[in-house]
Amino acid sequence: MLQKKECVAMLLAGGQGSRLYNLTEKNAKPAVPFGGKYRIIDFTLSNCVNSGIDTVGVLTQYQPYVLNEYIGSGQPWDLDRTYGGVKILPPYQRANGAYWYKGTANAIYQNLGFIERYDPDYVLILSGDHIYKMNYYEMLKHHKEKGADCTIAVIDVPLSEASRFGIMNTREDNSIYEFEEKPAHPKSTKASMGIYIFGTDVLKKYLEEDDNDPNSSNDFGKNVIPKMLADGVKMYAYPFKGYWKDVGTVQSLWEANMDLIGDQPALDLRTREFRIYSRNSTRPPHFAGEKAKIVNSLVTEGCEVYGTVINSVLFGGVKVAAGATVRDSVIFEETEVAEGSVIDYSILDCRINVGKNCVIGAPAAEGGKITLLGADMKIPDGTKIESGTMTSKLTKEVK
Amino acid sequence: MSVTGIIFSNIHDNNLPELTRLRTMASVPYGCRYRFIDFALSNMVNSGVTSIGIITQANYQSLSDHIGTGKDWDLASRAGGIKLIPPNMTAFAQDNRRAHVTTRLESLKSATVYIASRNEELVVLSDCDVICNVDLGDMIDFHQKTGADITVAVKKTTLTPETAMKNVIVKSDDEGRMNDMLIYPRDVSGECSISLNIMVLRRDRLLEIIADASAHGYTSFNTDILLNQKNLYKIMTYEYDGYFACVSSLSEYFTCSMELLDPAVRHALLEVKNRPVYTKVRNSPPTRYTEGSFVKNSLLADGCVISGHVENSIIFRGVTVSAGAVVKNSIVMQSSFIGKNCSLNCAILDKNVVIKDDRILSGHQTIPFYVPKNSIV
Repeated sequence: MLQKKECVAMLLAGGQGSRLYNLTEKNAKPAVPFGGKYRIIDFTLSNCVNSGIDTVGVLTQYQPYVLNEYIGSGQPWDLDRTYGGVKILPPYQRANGAYWYKGTANAIYQNLGFIERYDPDYVLILSGDHIYKMNYYEMLKHHKEKGADCTIAVIDVPLSEASRFGIMNTREDNSIYEFEEKPAHPKSTKASMGIYIFGTDVLKKYLEEDDNDPNSSNDFGKNVIPKMLADGVKMYAYPFKGYWKDVGTVQSLWEANMDLIGDQPALDLRTREFRIYSRNSTRPPHFAGEKAKIVNSLVTEGCEVYGTVINSVLFGGVKVAAGATVRDSVIFEETEVAEGSVIDYSILDCRINVGKNCVIGAPAAEGGKITLLGADMKIPDGTKIESGTMTSKLTKEVK
Repeated sequence: MSVTGIIFSNIHDNNLPELTRLRTMASVPYGCRYRFIDFALSNMVNSGVTSIGIITQANYQSLSDHIGTGKDWDLASRAGGIKLIPPNMTAFAQDNRRAHVTTRLESLKSATVYIASRNEELVVLSDCDVICNVDLGDMIDFHQKTGADITVAVKKTTLTPETAMKNVIVKSDDEGRMNDMLIYPRDVSGECSISLNIMVLRRDRLLEIIADASAHGYTSFNTDILLNQKNLYKIMTYEYDGYFACVSSLSEYFTCSMELLDPAVRHALLEVKNRPVYTKVRNSPPTRYTEGSFVKNSLLADGCVISGHVENSIIFRGVTVSAGAVVKNSIVMQSSFIGKNCSLNCAILDKNVVIKDDRILSGHQTIPFYVPKNSIV
């Protein structure tokens, strides 16, 4: 027998994430590794669980294998529930045809059937490409207290950056009177975090209307939210204070990783309350060798460091040989750096083999731009890779 | 071949009285993130054993916390999985009950119901303190090929008179058939084959042995079954040539732990291809080194914050080493906190120990300085 759930979360994980270049060549953005032993989606999934939401639909349509395997039964997040839990929702064929998800709103529209199975009063819409810790239950409480039909989480951004975001203009009681997508002259600094709570009936009504509108691009930000505002639906902003970062670009992904290190990191993962869960590997502890130097860095299980690691994040199984230096960089699983090589201001994807005496990237302080190398590359001894390179194949010019 | 496993969780508790005061031998922490029993469990799981009974006697709360549902060893299964077998004491036996059953054979008597309820053909019996990475599948093949009644795993090693007293020496003929056994002998040293306390036999044979032992009042598997009935049963020795840590005292615990700093030892124990060592997942974040950290020749688990100096040490999950602290030649267990400008040498800190600022502790590798669980120094 089906039981009712108060709130069901729908996690939009279908985007290609093309601004992450080769990191998302064979991998959906939410499954991109982050912070030494996590993937981006761990944050939203953990937020759900920590907020008491145990039913999460993950909408996928781009390169799903890694993501599907990673989520699996949902056990690492306690989302392997008898009723509810985490479910992967790819597009599917129905009697009147088969369609890809045309936009964020259309993806939810195509899965209204999934939502209805749990008969929730509220639906929480999330995107799988942000790093933050947030208790959605507090937001839901705010939604109920205001008697809102739709609540949008917002975060204060510097005025200078406000024109990069969707900006909510609100009255004193946080009710929204205007929404501007990437305004040239922003009137407020309340940026939408892409987190929405809807009353289920209101959501259904507007998604159906949106689907009937041939001119709509079926997107929450572009179509559904403006339409609701125009109709005078009760919409409120929920101001969120705390760490929040969009990791949609190589640069911001790097920055977010750097936010985890330091004496007082901007985002502290070592807290007992509000833990971030992830699928753990079975690697042995990490080893620091006789001449190792590890400063201001994150190092995790399976790493072997014989060289120097400064201001960097090493994922499981990374090996840094004696005489090699990794600085201001993020190195994904199983990548090995041989002796004498120097890596500066770079992101290296999984299983890269960096030969001896290579030079990859250049320090930002010396005008270097961020460098990105794709998975499984074999980099011959003595290779120099210019800063700013983003590649998964070595070409002659690079060599 | 269908095989079920039995692990003795309280065997040899008295070897490490410090570490087993609040836990079973099975749940003694080892190697930054493991417990002793992880090796026995992983050996079984990696050889396709999917049902395992763990016989407990006393103090097994920490063990039951560690095992949980068995998920972390892929043993949360309906068909088998992990079962903790608690001590078998009836309510009517108050006066003559023995609170602590000490031998394998007595433990097995109390687990008869479990053993009889399984339907696997073979049983592998293992102590909980077998710190090795052995291919039990190969041992089982050997058992079947040789047509043995009982197969005992042995390892060639060099003993001192002190270590010999804590071990069982197995002697065998050229074919590998056991012909003598020296149980905790005195005045023996040199190269010997010691028993790893891992055995394979048919499940129905084990039930016969237990019934017979009950009838005759036998109490020791080694003396009464293996040694005294060596002519009745064909007992074969299976030689294991990988790494084996024999931990029978606190100083050996210290030395064996430190052996993990040798890459060859880690490789032979923790990094064997297709035979990983599983343990309880604790969801710790990666270890964070801060600006003033210094680390050298050390093994560290996740979840630590290292701001001080760590050298030749084994650091478990969630440990904090504050700025200015110096930790050398030490073992620091889970969630312990080391204050500013402390100095530690040859110390073993049990779980949740707090060392306040500026404290100086030092032992010697022969007698390491042990700080009990939850202490504040």
